Amino acid sequence: MASFGLFVTLGIFYALSRVYEKRGGKFYLNPVLLSILIISVGLKTSGISYQFYMKSARILFFLLGPAVVSLAIPLYRERKTIVSYAKEISIGILSGGLVAALTAFYIAKLLGANKSVLLSIAPKSITTAIAIGVSSKIGGIPALTAVLVILTGIMGNAVGVELLNLARVKDRVARGLGMGVTSHGLGTARIILDDELSGAVSGLAMALNGVYSSFMLPYLIILLMRR
Amino acid sequence: MRMYKGLSIILGFLFLGEAITKLTKIPVPGNVVGMVLLTLALLFGLVELRDVEEVATFLIRNMSVMFIPPGVGIILYWSMVRAQLLPISVALIASFAITIIFTAKTVELIRR
Repeated sequence: MASFGLFVTLGIFYALSRVYEKRGGKFYLNPVLLSILIISVGLKTSGISYQFYMKSARILFFLLGPAVVSLAIPLYRERKTIVSYAKEISIGILSGGLVAALTAFYIAKLLGANKSVLLSIAPKSITTAIAIGVSSKIGGIPALTAVLVILTGIMGNAVGVELLNLARVKDRVARGLGMGVTSHGLGTARIILDDELSGAVSGLAMALNGVYSSFMLPYLIILLMRR
Repeated sequence: MRMYKGLSIILGFLFLGEAITKLTKIPVPGNVVGMVLLTLALLFGLVELRDVEEVATFLIRNMSVMFIPPGVGIILYWSMVRAQLLPISVALIASFAITIIFTAKTVELIRR
């Protein structure tokens, strides 16, 4: 019965994705988050263990490895855009990546979160696939990080554009960078509907911030935990 | 046949990335190192885009379903998460708003 986990994951995700599409992609119907929620509640109430669920579901988890490596392809394809906006992209990522981790870490710390929560929330603006790996490298809980990253993406998808309007950011490149660095893929999916250039920059910001943050964060965490 | 070639290249770079992080003990995910190396290999013409394009596109398009199994792992930590729900939600929302506005404003400033 090892097939259980894979069957359940794909079946529920398929059903929820159809609902999501039929309702025109409402942010609160995000099929990944809802699948996690439904499967978690299902396992809890039925008493089926996570280990049993993972027997076959693990193959999906494994595929994240080659999927992250595959992000090289859009990066390579968009190399001309990266060169044309090199200054904006590097400044946006260097500052935004740092601010994302520092604010999350210190606000949670101020409110009394424990060490494993701090280490799990610090990578929350990195794109999910990479954040899961970073979380386990720095001693966080990858499962918690995955959920927090998806929630951060959903916030960007839901109110990111409105927030940028409220702050009167008009520059299309700046809007794309703000969205991509903060809310990765789900934010990118939203801002690309507004403006193609913002969308392209947002996607690049997401991938490059993933690379930058996975090199930067482990060392930043060492510094932060020392005090 | 191309699918096997593409998959072999991608898995080869994944393995390379994992081996490098293991040997050098740098605290970076091996898949990120593999991604950087594959980007460089494409730039230097060591790997042809058409060999990896198809498999890579398939994996990227279907990436979100891969987040579900690790995400479900949250049930193992549920009581801890519930006890710290307040710091977690406040930090998540505040950090989101600060980061998106700060980053966009900073970039807008340097573009003037």
